[in-house]
Amino acid sequence: MPSRSPSPVGEGRGEGRTFFDKVWDDHVIAKLGDDAALLQIDRLVLHELSGSQAVTALAKAGRKPMSREQVFTVIEHLISTKPGRGPTDSPSPSGPIMIEATRKASREWGFHFIDYDDPRQGIAHVVAPEQGIAFPGATLVCCDSHTSTVGGVGALAWGIGASEAEHVLATQTLAQSKPKALRVTFDGRLREGVYAKDMILALIGRIGAQGGIGYATEFAGAAVASLPIEGRLTICNMAIEFQSKYGFVPPDDSTIEYLANRAFSPKGAAWDEAVRYWRTLATDEGAAFDQEVTIDCDALAPQVTWGTSPQHVTSIDGIVPRPSDSGEEKALGYMRLEPGTPLLGLAIDVAYIGSCTNARLSDLRAAAAVLKGRKVKAGVQAVCVPGSTPVKHAAEAEGLDLVFKEAGFEWHESACGFCGSIGDNRFSDLRVVSTTNRNFEGRQGPKTRTHLASPATVAASAIAGCIADARKR
Amino acid sequence: MESFQRVTGIAAPLMRINVDTDQIIPTLFLGGTDAKGYGKHLFHHWRYREDGSPNPDFLLNQAPYDGSEVLLADRNFGCGSSRERAPKALREFGFRAVIAPSFGGIFFNNCYRNGIVPVELPIEDVQDIAREVEASAGKGKVTVDLEAQAVTSPSGRRYVFTAPGTLRDMLLQGVDEIELTLGKRAEIEAFRGRDRARRPWAY
Repeated sequence: MPSRSPSPVGEGRGEGRTFFDKVWDDHVIAKLGDDAALLQIDRLVLHELSGSQAVTALAKAGRKPMSREQVFTVIEHLISTKPGRGPTDSPSPSGPIMIEATRKASREWGFHFIDYDDPRQGIAHVVAPEQGIAFPGATLVCCDSHTSTVGGVGALAWGIGASEAEHVLATQTLAQSKPKALRVTFDGRLREGVYAKDMILALIGRIGAQGGIGYATEFAGAAVASLPIEGRLTICNMAIEFQSKYGFVPPDDSTIEYLANRAFSPKGAAWDEAVRYWRTLATDEGAAFDQEVTIDCDALAPQVTWGTSPQHVTSIDGIVPRPSDSGEEKALGYMRLEPGTPLLGLAIDVAYIGSCTNARLSDLRAAAAVLKGRKVKAGVQAVCVPGSTPVKHAAEAEGLDLVFKEAGFEWHESACGFCGSIGDNRFSDLRVVSTTNRNFEGRQGPKTRTHLASPATVAASAIAGCIADARKR
Repeated sequence: MESFQRVTGIAAPLMRINVDTDQIIPTLFLGGTDAKGYGKHLFHHWRYREDGSPNPDFLLNQAPYDGSEVLLADRNFGCGSSRERAPKALREFGFRAVIAPSFGGIFFNNCYRNGIVPVELPIEDVQDIAREVEASAGKGKVTVDLEAQAVTSPSGRRYVFTAPGTLRDMLLQGVDEIELTLGKRAEIEAFRGRDRARRPWAY
């Protein structure tokens, strides 16, 4: 596939318009030259790791937020995951300063503020759909590359830098180049024990970690249509892992059902009006895409990564391949793996269930179904960090926390923590099987070797003490 | 905002694929609310040994590359996390341009706001420039000219690139993007009025 960074796209690709075209066009305030547009931003979501930089820079420049009702802050990157945590408890030495700066600015400026002890708290991309902050056709930005997660409810959402966030604070707009359009069609039906995580890993394995550079990606097809919203969020979460800044599933009945009665969703007549508009957003029949990819899900098996890029992936019964380039060679060296080694049976030190990718209620249920009545292998550290406080509470109401704890899992408060080795929330020189989204060198700690997989695979591996297939019990 | 027109300087051939922003600046060093203080942690895990001393095998610890202003890299440079400290760390080290076949999209935008120009050239061209640099033991300088949208290799070979117009103008003039946008306040307000009537739930 062509690999260009943001680039202009010609008008009139086909009859009809895509979901992306419609949402983009509805947000264009002004065209900027021939390659970019000034877009209205409906929702800015801030967190304390980079949001603190944006609010500090804004104040330093003597400016004020333009539209505080459209700004939401969540404390989630640097706050501790320890049960009983306090307001500035952080695994990172600089955490307290950044948490306080973000908290102070959010209160002073009157943003919607979700603090560490708020019952709505959690990882921003889990919270945004859960509370109805994200909605179909919304432009939503956040200083985090996994912001595209909320494309799972039909939002047009993407990650930005702190300077761009400062610009949004000051103007509630952002200049962006219009990307090209990619449609990924997941055909067929997932077999039992195969999940959204396996779909997205298989896609990245197929098109590569650079396959989506310069594209906005629409996920479509029967396997996506039948996915619950939480699975769609998992798929959209990893769009950036193939370098598509935007990933989304246009709204349908499931989306509308999911968003009904959420805290920030419109109510009454306003809801009916919103739904009428949302139903116009689906991609028109016959609309053309610059690029199409199809993945057959009928034959799809659980996936697991073996290297240091999400594209280094194989079916769970696969083997570590012979390296085909210098990147793969370097990856095998880092992962301390030999070509030909089966992934199944590879001994692990840590099993991690958490992150904006795979720590929603359905993920914890899938893991608990595997763990019930069984024990984590001696010597394996098993950690569960629910994606949000509401997820944690819902899991506890179902007794899932007991299943995890009795199996030998640690049960934490919600935050980003171990996914990106925030401060002391890191593993050191260990092999981890993880429900997260990045297996980069050092991502979960120095010399730590991460294998990405679904919650069911991680749970089965925790029990076995090695990478294991949850379908074979 | 810092402007950029052209630079002629030492070029470091760090020809690796998928260099993510966690490698450019590890999460451990993202602390603080300031806009500065990240250059010393650029490529930390590659640049320093476990005891904190410089790793002599790493390119940027070797003369003349320790004074580089241009970075040559392979595909997908700056993929991963959105952290703006990545271009900040590169800029503080002294870099003004990165030449690679492709870039992570968020990093690409962040560069323009931190005085760095990300230049896309085909891999064969980047490799040719890297070979020339290596043949001169790093002494041959590379020029990146944003105004002319051209790169010149140590031997004088010229490579043309295209930069997105809006971002290019912004960087050439070093304009304050927020001031520029606030200049359109009337248009923004008019849009918001119309849009609020149509999509009240978005406000």
